[in-house]
Amino acid sequence: MALFNFHKNTFKHGIHPPESKDETRGLPIRQFPFSPVIILPMAQHIGTPSEIVVREGQEVVRGELLAKAVGYLSVPMHAPVSGIIRKIANVPTISGKMSPGIYLETFPSSTQEVLEGKPIDPDTATAEEILQGIQDAGIVGLGGAAFPTHVKLKVPEGKKCETLLINGIECEPYLTTDHRVMLEQESDIFTGIKYLLKATGAGKAIIGIEANKQDAADHLARHIPEDLPVSIKVLPVKYPQGAEKMLVTSVLQKEVPSQGFPIEVGVVVVNVATTAEIGRLLPHGSGIQERVITIAGPGVKKKGNYRIPVGTPLRFVLEHVGVDEDITEVYMGGPMMGVAVSNLDISIVKGTSGILVFTGKDVSQPSKTYPCIKCGACLDACPILLNPSKLGILAKFEAYDEMARDFHLMDCFECGSCTYVCPSHIPLVQYFRLAKRVVRKRQAEKKEEEVNV
Amino acid sequence: MFKKTLDISSSPHIYKGRSTDDIMKNVVWALLPVVGFSVYSFGWNALWVIATATLACVLTEHVLCKLSKKETTVQDYSALITGLLLGLTLPPIFPLWMAFVGGVIGIALGKYVFGGLGYNVFNPALVGRAVLQAAFPVAITTWHPAFLADRFSTVSGSVFTWPFMQPQFDAISGATPLSAFKFDGITASTAELAFGQISGSTGETCAILIALGGVYLIARNMMSWRIPAAVLLSAFVLSGLLYVINSEVYPSPFFMLFSGGLMLGAVFMATDMVSSPITPIGLWIYGGIIGILTIVIRIWSGLPEGVMYSILLANAISPHIDKVIQNRVYGTSRKIKTI
Ligand code: SF4
Ligand code: SF4
Repeated sequence: MALFNFHKNTFKHGIHPPESKDETRGLPIRQFPFSPVIILPMAQHIGTPSEIVVREGQEVVRGELLAKAVGYLSVPMHAPVSGIIRKIANVPTISGKMSPGIYLETFPSSTQEVLEGKPIDPDTATAEEILQGIQDAGIVGLGGAAFPTHVKLKVPEGKKCETLLINGIECEPYLTTDHRVMLEQESDIFTGIKYLLKATGAGKAIIGIEANKQDAADHLARHIPEDLPVSIKVLPVKYPQGAEKMLVTSVLQKEVPSQGFPIEVGVVVVNVATTAEIGRLLPHGSGIQERVITIAGPGVKKKGNYRIPVGTPLRFVLEHVGVDEDITEVYMGGPMMGVAVSNLDISIVKGTSGILVFTGKDVSQPSKTYPCIKCGACLDACPILLNPSKLGILAKFEAYDEMARDFHLMDCFECGSCTYVCPSHIPLVQYFRLAKRVVRKRQAEKKEEEVNV
Repeated sequence: MFKKTLDISSSPHIYKGRSTDDIMKNVVWALLPVVGFSVYSFGWNALWVIATATLACVLTEHVLCKLSKKETTVQDYSALITGLLLGLTLPPIFPLWMAFVGGVIGIALGKYVFGGLGYNVFNPALVGRAVLQAAFPVAITTWHPAFLADRFSTVSGSVFTWPFMQPQFDAISGATPLSAFKFDGITASTAELAFGQISGSTGETCAILIALGGVYLIARNMMSWRIPAAVLLSAFVLSGLLYVINSEVYPSPFFMLFSGGLMLGAVFMATDMVSSPITPIGLWIYGGIIGILTIVIRIWSGLPEGVMYSILLANAISPHIDKVIQNRVYGTSRKIKTI
């Protein structure tokens, strides 16, 4: 708790975990080799899984459509490499469940030329055409959420988007992909912004960047095209500033209503890597084949930022970068919100922003939990200003409905700040994840009942 | 090349790395100078009293855990803190058997019956103190002058009173500044109070050391600054107001701030995290109640000192404060919960 808390240019509360970015922030993005086999689950995004349109034994070219979107809340999938469809079967995913997917065998001698599609001209295309182009390119939020970008960009009837916020915060420790993208792909980013301004109808764009990436902010500022209404805002470093709601508050000093989206205060937020990908793909009409990923953590030998084909098996990635013998934990994403991997046979998906490898001695798993001592540290950490202490006590009694009704459980976005600070090592966010799932299920059941009546 | 199995844990995968026993340990560190000064000013008597109370608390915690077949919780340092605090609120020539009883009661009734650390409604040390006050009203108000020449050579006979016997107090006993004011209308100077040149409970006499301990804990982010701020501010404002109205009858606010157990209570007792509210506004209300009640009791009741009762009362109200006062959740406009 800071004695003096001036909320200027930032949101309330939050935490300051060690940034751990020094080892990879200076390393340029390198192209990763093609793995002999690519494993593509069809459920890589939030929404309906893509529907496979190829058959076993078919030869495909890099960039070719493999699966099409099913309905509006869905995106297609493209071939990350040129090769042959070996098998269409269930493939392992990070959740531990098997999900329908494709095994694609890479042609070793192929030049891996990318197939181009119908280009979209940012100057002449309409908003609808751009949104369609974004969906056709299979673009989802690359910050980790993997929500279909065209859905997010669609301004609902009666609402107006005034500001386009480009999220270059990257507040998760260890991750440096957005940082590198901002340093290396400035023209892609500005092209992307051009598309996005048109698609949303926003009058201006603001790129939010944390102060630990001042070089990226300076670099972008130097390259802003004259005719583009873009400004850059450097914000103090604080987790979880990369969360949409927090970023809106930091940059615009507005609060997004509870359970609502930024568009309710006239804002659309897009991740900077997603923006760059839009700017890179749409002029060629091609789809996502790869993404930038930070590989770091104490257990990795060749740490760095790599452009890795989607579907590359994790085992291949780790063999290529080299990891210590005694690794015990591998996370996909950052250490605050990333998911621990149980099986190295899963593959990189569109939402994977980082791969972190820890060995036994580096894992800081707390050994002992104490009862809640009501120290208030979690209240001072929660960016949504919830009362995690109370929620935690209620969770123990499984009073999930009360948590949702009286203590805004559903506003918790699982940032983990409360668990991070809790001196009693109470797994608060872990409780809340479970509680939210139960509440959501109960709500769905209730709705169903109402429909049936 | 790889281990067969990977450990899976749920995010976050990193932690701040400061645990509850770290906090408790630091409270002990912050209390040690106060204990040191207490021994320096009151001699071996004080050491005996504090050590006995502490031993009683730790022992009781351990035995109760064992009796209920649970792992002992003494290593979380909370019982140690309770013991030190209890010892510091007792008069320096308090009979040891009574101090021991206070410790046992503080842990057993003040903490254990509620479910142990984290569940106690009241500050356990004050529960012990309150029971002693009710049971042994004479012994607990028999004070002793500080800085006696023989304080390191002799130990007052009353300290070693046989269990269940009433002590025989030595001829010399000193009035505390508060009782001197209450019953004789004499006030001590602020400097005397701040630097502990006075009589009182073993640990309440040197306000400066107590405040320094608080500053240390606040600087290490291990204590809420709002509670001592609210207690001292409200006490100061109320007593200052009275002083302005009639300085003949009412003592100066500085006297009020630095005398008796107010400083010790504000810094080390009221700040017990478990028995205080959790929201910032709740903390201000809680501290304000303690400060105002203390002054009210001191001035208008028959007792010279009211810190203990004020804190116990505020402890009792604290869960209700938490029920009514919740933070305004992000993206909502509601501030106070309608029950
Ligand atoms: S995980 Fe939920 S409750 Fe915990 S700090 Fe984040 S938003 Fe608040
Ligand atoms: S941080 Fe942990 S111990 Fe402190 S109030 Fe929150 S839940 Fe309780």
